[in-house]
Amino acid sequence: MKKLILSTAVAALAAGTAFAQDDSTVRLGTEGAYPPYNFLNDAGEVDGFERALGDELCTRAELTCEWVTNDWDSIIPNLVSGNYDVIIAGMSITDERDEVIDFSDPYTQPDPSAYVALSDGIDLENSVIAAQAGTIQASHVASMEGATLLEFATPDETIAAIKNGEADAALADKAFLEPIATSDAEVTFVGDDVLLGGGIGLGIRESDAELREQFNEAIQSMKDDGSLNTLIEEWLPGSATF
Amino acid sequence: MFGNCADPGALDGLAWLGCYLTTGKHMSLYGSLGTVLLLLAITAPTALLFGFGGATAARSHVAPLRWFGKTYIAIVRGVPDIAFFLFFVIALDQGFEYIRHHVLCPEWPDTVRQGNDFVVCAQAKLPLGNSPQWVHETYGFLLAVLTFAIVFGAFAGNVLFGAMRAVPRAQLETAEAYGMTRGQVTRRVLIPQMWVYALPGLSNLWMVLIKATPLLFLLGVEDIVYWSRELGGAKQPQFTDYPHPDWRMWYFGALLVFYLCFTKVSEIVMDRLMARLTLGQATAGGEAQRRAGA
Amino acid sequence: MEDCLQTITDYGLRSIGIGERLLPRNDFTLCQQFTLIGSGMIWNIYFGTLALIAGFFLAVAVALGKASANPLIRKPAEWFIFVFRGSPLFIQFFFAYFLFLSLKGSYPIFSPLTSATFGALTVLFLNTAGYSAEIFYGALQSIPKGDTEAADAYGLTGWSKFRRVVYPTMLRLAWPAYTNEAIFLFHSTTLVFFAGFPAFQQKGDALYYARYFADKTFNPFVPYPILAGYFILLTLVIIAIFGWMNGRLNRHLPSATRARLRFRPQLIR
Repeated sequence: MKKLILSTAVAALAAGTAFAQDDSTVRLGTEGAYPPYNFLNDAGEVDGFERALGDELCTRAELTCEWVTNDWDSIIPNLVSGNYDVIIAGMSITDERDEVIDFSDPYTQPDPSAYVALSDGIDLENSVIAAQAGTIQASHVASMEGATLLEFATPDETIAAIKNGEADAALADKAFLEPIATSDAEVTFVGDDVLLGGGIGLGIRESDAELREQFNEAIQSMKDDGSLNTLIEEWLPGSATF
Repeated sequence: MFGNCADPGALDGLAWLGCYLTTGKHMSLYGSLGTVLLLLAITAPTALLFGFGGATAARSHVAPLRWFGKTYIAIVRGVPDIAFFLFFVIALDQGFEYIRHHVLCPEWPDTVRQGNDFVVCAQAKLPLGNSPQWVHETYGFLLAVLTFAIVFGAFAGNVLFGAMRAVPRAQLETAEAYGMTRGQVTRRVLIPQMWVYALPGLSNLWMVLIKATPLLFLLGVEDIVYWSRELGGAKQPQFTDYPHPDWRMWYFGALLVFYLCFTKVSEIVMDRLMARLTLGQATAGGEAQRRAGA
Repeated sequence: MEDCLQTITDYGLRSIGIGERLLPRNDFTLCQQFTLIGSGMIWNIYFGTLALIAGFFLAVAVALGKASANPLIRKPAEWFIFVFRGSPLFIQFFFAYFLFLSLKGSYPIFSPLTSATFGALTVLFLNTAGYSAEIFYGALQSIPKGDTEAADAYGLTGWSKFRRVVYPTMLRLAWPAYTNEAIFLFHSTTLVFFAGFPAFQQKGDALYYARYFADKTFNPFVPYPILAGYFILLTLVIIAIFGWMNGRLNRHLPSATRARLRFRPQLIR
């Protein structure tokens, strides 16, 4: 075993000296499973609001960027261990995440989360609410006094759960639920929207202050000339603009 | 893919299905089938090598080597593979980069661990930051192979360790009586003779390995299960040209058929291999073959 | 230290709904991680033990079915083994969950099956029965001919021949491989909440809590090794229990032969 690791390391060393090391590309990590923020289109490429936004930001900051997808669960550990440089995956700015990584300025307003259910008049305080495991919505439901949290691996399954009666309601990002509620006659919004998190920002390593500044400038310039608002209106209808 | 797929909304029936099943995303699904088979093809011999190393170490007369072999087999076997996959790849990756960092940039002023961050110099990155995407993917794939090999090597080590002990003592004694040294006995008798005892265990391990491939996604490799979930789910298609409801049932059904067929083929191959290895052996199976032939 | 005792009283039984309702949300300590992940092990042990015990009986029946001369019995047994051994567990979970949901729709009596407590247990039970049946079948095939001939000579037939001769010998031969199957089964229990069934009120198994901490602290290098440590302990306990049973099964044999029986490479899993 040792021998194998050693020979791999030697091969890797050889590769390291062979390439020039100048213009490094910035790798953008996303989940690719969170429409309309980011998803894979029919061609299998990253698409969505953040694809358009990320490409524009890179052009403005004059960076060469490349898209990679990573599982949501390990998206932060892989950032801090350097497998990509930026997280652009609909990640809300929260205190606990901010302890581990840095965030750029938000590029959306705090995103409203909403409840969906099969019928109106559900007492949300005392019902079974489905949410995707590991999201801010799941921790919100966990802290609601009378409600019971039912966690699923994917947001798809939370919608399936209210349809088959496992859960009374589902809590998720409003932008994600919007198209479902309009296209699916069974599902309707219930209750009031809740504001969780502090808007969505780019996740960047704490040691990468320079890169963060570059992106902040680019985001600011997009806010100034209104192009960010145009993108938000195009991809996230109904969301607040800047 | 085809020219008439430009406007999927206008199509119906088979034409729609034909276009749907040939989108770029479906091509990735079919491609990932190759990825899985390739991974199995590389992992199996590597794991066998690790297992052989582990078993030999566990039998060694040098105490530290013996402890190493036994600990490796015992610990890795004791841990569920998912738990292992969830942190081991990152650890492996950081380990490689750490070594390279110390070799390539000895005069680097900062520490590697900065708070939560793991920062190595740009030359030590694996793969390099500016290398194309396929290099990153190949590297990720090789890390996955290595992780699989380490995990399944421990199981293979356990099987081979048992198989080495199952070789009839008399055969080894005969070899010693011919004046062979310990090394010669191992090379000329023990290793050739142990396979017939190891094969049933190894073939079952192979079956378990096939069924562990859905965990590949945890290792950052996009495998068939990942693509099936992506394509089957109802969430993403709404935003593409081929909207459809939750079709995971069909995709997973296809996966089920794939895994069952793969298992069947493996069983047939293993049976043939076993028959070949049993030939002339002093086992019940060998005896049965001898009688059938006579 | 006192804090830690408090944590243990608060969270020691959290996985079955006793104690603090809210999981720790910030300032995570090692003690919290050890306690909650340990608490989750209750589920792994619950799933593993019950599925193993129930699966054992089904496995013996299916193994006898596969060895049967009557194709009406043999074919279903062969298919049962093939389907459960031939497909990944997570696909079995997926289909079972959908099946249970639709059953629940038409017959309310099936409603407990959509919870992990009973649904996942059912799947694990069938899964381990499939694997164990193949092991027992292999053992049945390698029972020495002399043993059954001796039974015939004593005039033993039917049930008493099975109970006194065939069954004990089969168990003895299958035991080492069956030990491995038990280890694999306990490992598989981590898949329940990972890919199969929803977690209710944050009551989950050890992997569920390990993921919770990995997700909150963004550091996979603490919770997963803790989980691994618990499982190594569990595996050692399983090996010890099965080793003791192996001694019981072989107690009539002279000790030299007993050692040889420790490894039967007929079938591992």
